[in-house]
Amino acid sequence: MANDGVDKGRRRFLTATTAVVGGAGIAVAAIPFIKSWQPSARAKTSGAPVEADIGKLEMGQMVTFEWRGQPIWIIRRTQAQLDALPGQDSRLKDPKSTVEDQQPKFAQNEFRSIKPELLVLVGICTHLGCSPKMHAELKPEPFDPEWKGGFFCPCHKSRFDMAGRVYDGVPAPTNLVVPPYYFVDDTRIMIGVTEGAA
Amino acid sequence: MANRLSRAATGVQEWFNDRAPSFGPFYRKHMTEYYAPKNFNIWYIFGVLSMVVLINQIVTGIFLTMYFKPSAAEAFASVEYIMRDVEWGWLIRYMHSTGASAFFVVVYIHMFRGVMYGSYKKPRELVWLLGMLIYLVLMAEAFMGYVLPWGQMSFWGAKVIISLFGAIPYVGGALTEWIMGDYLPSDTTLNRFFALHVIALPLVLLLLVVLHIFALHEVGSNNPDGVEIKKGPKGNRWSDKAPTDGIPFHPYFTVKDTFYTGCFLLICAFILFFEPTFGGLFLEHDNFIEANRLVTPEHIKPTWYYTPFYAMLRVIPNKLAGVMVMFGAIIVLFFLPWLDRGKVKSWRYRGAGFRIALFVLGICFVWLGKIGSGPGTDPAETIIGRVLTAAYFGFFIFLWVYTAFGFEKTKPVPERVTGHD
Repeated sequence: MANDGVDKGRRRFLTATTAVVGGAGIAVAAIPFIKSWQPSARAKTSGAPVEADIGKLEMGQMVTFEWRGQPIWIIRRTQAQLDALPGQDSRLKDPKSTVEDQQPKFAQNEFRSIKPELLVLVGICTHLGCSPKMHAELKPEPFDPEWKGGFFCPCHKSRFDMAGRVYDGVPAPTNLVVPPYYFVDDTRIMIGVTEGAA
Repeated sequence: MANRLSRAATGVQEWFNDRAPSFGPFYRKHMTEYYAPKNFNIWYIFGVLSMVVLINQIVTGIFLTMYFKPSAAEAFASVEYIMRDVEWGWLIRYMHSTGASAFFVVVYIHMFRGVMYGSYKKPRELVWLLGMLIYLVLMAEAFMGYVLPWGQMSFWGAKVIISLFGAIPYVGGALTEWIMGDYLPSDTTLNRFFALHVIALPLVLLLLVVLHIFALHEVGSNNPDGVEIKKGPKGNRWSDKAPTDGIPFHPYFTVKDTFYTGCFLLICAFILFFEPTFGGLFLEHDNFIEANRLVTPEHIKPTWYYTPFYAMLRVIPNKLAGVMVMFGAIIVLFFLPWLDRGKVKSWRYRGAGFRIALFVLGICFVWLGKIGSGPGTDPAETIIGRVLTAAYFGFFIFLWVYTAFGFEKTKPVPERVTGHD
């Protein structure tokens, strides 16, 4: 094979341009395929707010609603449970709810709620997304001899108090999430939107 | 008659040779003229066994797709339909689900063999790397397969594993939504996992297996003595140029492998017929309950082959650190050929330190597996888990220090392979 008469500059130019244009083409063509994995329009629209009727919720009870496929807990806390909350502060990671994404502004208080007795939480552990279980009674539990009521995650043993605040030394990094919500009237709560935002 | 037949056979052979002259040499290179060390022992059957299981997974998988419905509404019922109404459906399904566990059993033993006899060392680093990639793809493949029946453990396992990616700073949340195509594992997630499980990953897996074998056949197999037969004397009964200590893969090792494959299938059949879920280890009891996104099972755990890594995740109190340690435990294996600076391959001739460390590594792995499959409520177990995790990583640090700074006292390696004439 004789290399005489080969225009090396031309060959290099063609190789480089083909590579660049081809590479750019592949990159651009990949976008639709990558984007197709995003939540679809249907998945996005199914995230509308949900109205919860809590007229029949008794003291110390919990009721679960569903919003965006997540369990939303509404709990009417007893006075004993509320009284135990301040005493837990020294055992918690974030007792003052300083991590802003975990609750709307209105819930950044001692009880993490609008009305002290009514707690609204996203029932999903902030560790890896399991759903914790409520152990409401103020009595020693196998996982905590000084238990003052709260939530215990069966997956990785994270513990939260009766305001959804996370205890120190468990895998969950932050408090349970308080969703945006507002009271439509005394017995109805709108979950998924703050007052006036809708 | 015989004459005519043999003339016909020769004719067919010539017809192929004229049209595809590389087929014959290709076959000979990988079968009849691939000279494998004659001192292979029982540890050397697990590569072939993993191929046998792979074929089982492909064949049974094809038949399962004929009845399975990849939608959140129908998946669980369609699996029950296979189990109850499809003729022999239960057998095909259990062959597939038990086959998945069998796959990991043989792959773990195959990997352990590689470490015992130093099969990852020069010149076989590429074989090791390709094998590690196979292991990674296999874990993804098994995870997605476990999601498909859409039982409780499918759903919650998927939720936990996918949310691991949420620990990545900044992009984590968007990444998990992108993987799921929704805000939680849903019909969309199941549907795409089906596509990946039955098409995308099997193709990748097959390609990697072919590359793994080609890479091996370039450098030749290691053996229990860790002696390079290619560097030994030349000439055997079949060829003047072949290594004296090598014998043709076909028919010698094909026969041996077929025999052991029979034994292996016998054990598999026993499990298949008498204990297909292996007491909840191969298929967890909770997975016979349909997925319910509002109720978490009491006790979420992955299938046994992930539990050592899952235990590491669970004993570390920081989410991001836990995820990094878990993935790090797998990534570190990729670097084994370069962490181990020892010149001697087989543990037969390596220092006592290596043998003890490898033994400890094995114990750590099994014990972590036990912790990871338990409820994890015992605080003492958390402490033990942390010690075992440290010891797991300690193996790799020790191995490097031990070999790089000349602490290892090796025994003399024989010139030729031992144990066979």
